[in-house]
Parts: sequence; C-alpha cells; structure tokens
Amino acid sequence: MTAVARVYRWEIAKLLAQKRTYLGLGTAIAVPIIFVVVLVLHSGGPNDVPLGRYIRDTGLAVPFVVLFFMSIWGLPLITALVAGDIVASETHNGTLKTILTRSRERGQVFAGKTLATATYTLVLVFAMGLVGLVAGSIAWGFHPLTSLSGTKVSAGHGLVLLLASLAVYALPLAGIAAFGVLLSTVTRNSAASVVGALMWALLMQLLGVLPGTESIRPYLLGTQFEAWHGFLRTPADFAPVTRALWLSALYIGIPLIGAYLVFLRRDVAGE
Amino acid sequence: MSDAPPVETRGLVKRYGEIVAVDHVDLSVERGDVFGYLGPNGAGKTTSLRILLGLIRPTAGWARLFGRDPLIDGAKALEGVAGFVEAPRFYPYLSGRRNLRLLADYDEPVSRIRIEEVLELVELRERAKDKVGGYSHGMRQRLGIAAALLRQPRLLLLDEPTTGLDPAGMRDMRELVRRLAGEGITILLSSHLLYEVEDLCNRVAIIRRGGIVYQGALRDLLATAASRYRLRALEPERARTVLLAQRGVADVRLADSELHFSADEEAVACVTVALGQARVAFTALIPETASLEELFLGMTDGESSDHDRPAAVAV
Repeated sequence: MTAVARVYRWEIAKLLAQKRTYLGLGTAIAVPIIFVVVLVLHSGGPNDVPLGRYIRDTGLAVPFVVLFFMSIWGLPLITALVAGDIVASETHNGTLKTILTRSRERGQVFAGKTLATATYTLVLVFAMGLVGLVAGSIAWGFHPLTSLSGTKVSAGHGLVLLLASLAVYALPLAGIAAFGVLLSTVTRNSAASVVGALMWALLMQLLGVLPGTESIRPYLLGTQFEAWHGFLRTPADFAPVTRALWLSALYIGIPLIGAYLVFLRRDVAGE
Repeated sequence: MSDAPPVETRGLVKRYGEIVAVDHVDLSVERGDVFGYLGPNGAGKTTSLRILLGLIRPTAGWARLFGRDPLIDGAKALEGVAGFVEAPRFYPYLSGRRNLRLLADYDEPVSRIRIEEVLELVELRERAKDKVGGYSHGMRQRLGIAAALLRQPRLLLLDEPTTGLDPAGMRDMRELVRRLAGEGITILLSSHLLYEVEDLCNRVAIIRRGGIVYQGALRDLLATAASRYRLRALEPERARTVLLAQRGVADVRLADSELHFSADEEAVACVTVALGQARVAFTALIPETASLEELFLGMTDGESSDHDRPAAVAV
C-alpha cells in the first residue's frame, strides 16, 4: 500500500470512530425515509418542484425530489460538519503534532484527509439517493419515470439516470467540502469552519435568487445542484452537466490548493 | 549513516511578532549524550524542540538532526528520531493499541509483535484495549514513550517527560530514560527540574529568555561552583580550628553555634576525615544550597524554578 493509501485508510477509520460522522450520515438517510412516510400518511405533495408531481408514481422520483430539498442547506450542513472538522479537530486535540512527527510528509497527510472528506461527501449523496429510491419503491413501486420533458423513461434507464445525477450532484457538494477543508486548515477552529462553509453555501444560494444576478447565476456553486436536470430531459441536455464539471473543478481546486499551501507551511504550535 | 551529530542548531531564532521565543540558540548534542535542556517555564525549550521536530519554521538560523534539516528534508529529517513536545496527544476515541497501530502506519510498517513489545515496555498492555480518552496523564505520557519507541529511534526528544506525574510515575519515567540511554539512544530531555537533570544528564544547556546561558558537561558546571556548607559540631570552637587548618576551605565563620564555610567537594571530603582524626564529633554536614540550583538561579535571575530538591544531606 502506498503512503497516501495508508493515511487515507486511517482517516476513514477516524471518521468511523466519531459521532459526527454518524450524525451526518444518519441525517442523510433519515430525511428520505421521513419524506416518504409523511407522503404516505398525508395527501398533497411538493407539486412545484421538479418531478414533485410524479412522486407517488414511482420510487424513482423520490431521490430526485429529496435532492432538491436537501441542496438548500441540508446536505451543505452535513458535509461541512465533517469537512470543517477534518484538520481543525486534529489541531484542537493536539494530534496534528503527533502524526506530523512520524515519517509521512505533510502533503501525504493532507492528501489522505482530502480523499477521506471526498469519500464522506460521495457516500452521503449516494446513501441519501439510494435510501430514497428503496423507501419510495417500497411505498409506490419501482415503475417507469416521467422525465422533465414529459416523456416516459423505463425504470432501468431511470436508475442509470439517477446514478449519473447523484454523481453530478456530488460535485458542487464537494466544492462546499473543499471550502470547509480550507477554513478548517486556516482557522484551526472546527465550529468556525463548519459555520463558515455553510455560510459559503448559503451565500451562493442567496446570490442566485437576488434580482440582477441573472448573468452570474449559471456560474454560482448553488446553480450546479440543478445540473442533473439535463439528464432528465429528452433529448438529454449536457450543457449544464459540462458546466457543472468544470465549474466544480474550480470550486474544489482553488480552496484545496490554498489549503494545501497553508498546511505545508503552517506552524504547528499551541493546542 | 553519516557522522553528523544527532542535534545541531546554529543561530536559531523564532520570533512571534515582538516576542523573541528563541534567540540565537546554538545547540550541539553528541552521540550517546543524555542532554539536559534546562530552563524556567516559558524560556523557549518547547519552541526549540518544535523547530527540531519540524513542527514550526524558525525565523532565522537552522536546525539539523543527524545532518538533516526538517525545513529542507521534511519528514526524512526525522529518520531515526522520535519524541514529543508538551504532553503527548492521541485520538481519545481510539484505544491505546489502535493509536499505536495508526502511528505505526504513519511510519514504515512494523509488526504487531513490535507494538505489543513497546506496550509491555511501558507497562500499558493491560489497558491497551481501552480508549485513550479514559487514560490518566501518566498513562498518556507512557503511551507517548511507546509511540516514540515504535520508530526505533537513535535520538529521542522528550519535552518535560515527568511533568504532571506522581512521585512513583516520575521515578518510573526516569528509570525508563536511564534504561533507554543505557541501550545507546541519544536523549535530549527538556526540564525545569534541576535534580532531574542532575540525576539523568551528562551534558546540559541552560536557556533563559530564549538564549543559551551555559552549555557543556554537567560535571564542569558543578566544578565551577564554590559551594557553601554548614557544619553542626558538638564543640564548634574546636571544629573551627580544624576547618581553618584545612586546605581548600574558606570563609569560615561561626553563627548560631553552626559553622559556615565554602569549599569544593574534594575539600569537604577531607574535612570529614580531619574532623575524625582530631576526634571532633559532628552531627550534620549540610550543603547550604544545591550547587546546580545556585548556579541555575544565578544564571536565570531566579526566574521560576523548582525548589523541591532535598536540601540537606544528613551525615
């Protein structure tokens, strides 16, 4: 195993030993279940959101609708919960000095932490999506899905579209995670980093709804949470997906480069 | 491996804004030394050690471990080096054993047997399955030593290893340090406890407000001290006559039926023989101050230091 892989493995082990990881994952899993239970018990539904009208037609519609609601602050918050903590908690516990006085270079430690954060983010999105699919299918069956263009999509094809959508949806979320890692490295304060990363996400949402921001709207991080809509059109519209890819690369890359440079040079002193 | 000394620093400076934490420190630790880095709290000992371990960047000067600069060589500079600054810290939510496995994976792979060996050595094997969050300070300190020994170091950097331990813990820790030194490991040990340094170390550096005020063999340092003694004799006047006739004894005066004089160690030894030969009975011969302490206080302007050294030697 390479050095980074070994660090990564332990970063995952550390996450699995901490309550906040389960708090985040548990929330991501609980939300779609609660959503389905409420819709089973009550009539009416989220008719004004994409695919909301068809939510009782097939379990396949459930994860898409949940994605919409969770993009506002739910997923940003539970992503920030771990991303904002990943370096700061080690500074706070004093364990950063413990691991930085072994044989691993700082860059390797940083890479392991970043990969673990990315893994957590991906697991969140896919766990939420798949639990929503299963819960929805139990309630309303696994039937063909009505696309955003009004055409019918077979259940099998719908599942592929769901997986692709989850992957694209994870990109802007990783952008928020990257910002959390930057704050975690710079501020050395877990709470400040979690709140800061959430504020960043909310600011991006706010800019998107303010009047006069139409020209920058396609380039805001929050907008990329809707990129998956392109998959659900007939024919598929790949323009928003492509834009989400390169924009997210910037939203992920720039904070990470900043965090990396700070992490390499920073003094590890005090506790 | 090169013949470069285990620790070498030249002109080391660390500034935090206006505050100079470390001020042109030149340290040289030779192979096999148990080197005492002595100074009052806040003198700059920990900051120096942090620079050595590559945790902080010096403002000026350089530090090398076996010829390698942590600033240039990164983690490679720590090859053969282990230790901790301030209290050793671990993941409280992992067990002692898992913490060691984690740290072993941050080095080159070691066998599980080796982990059990170091746990045994620091007498933590019984508690190794418990979470570190429930460990006492002394247990964490021992786990810190275990974590350092996993690296099979040739140089051990220990920052106040006995601080916060109970008397038995302090004794065990010193015993361990002595044993590791006996195995040929070079040890740099910071301390604000004079007797600890006197007990363990062959060479010392005394740091005060970031600067080194003495560096050299402990024996040489003690030899420079003209120490003062008190003598309680049954017949003080006769004892005084003996003292005055003794070579190497000076400043003899009688006060409160006790004789005060200054002499070096050798002369004091001769005094006891001379008193015996003259059949002058005495009840106590007391070094008036611990000589190292006296020197230390003189060098550090009496900044906070510990006075818990046993003051009298009964005869």
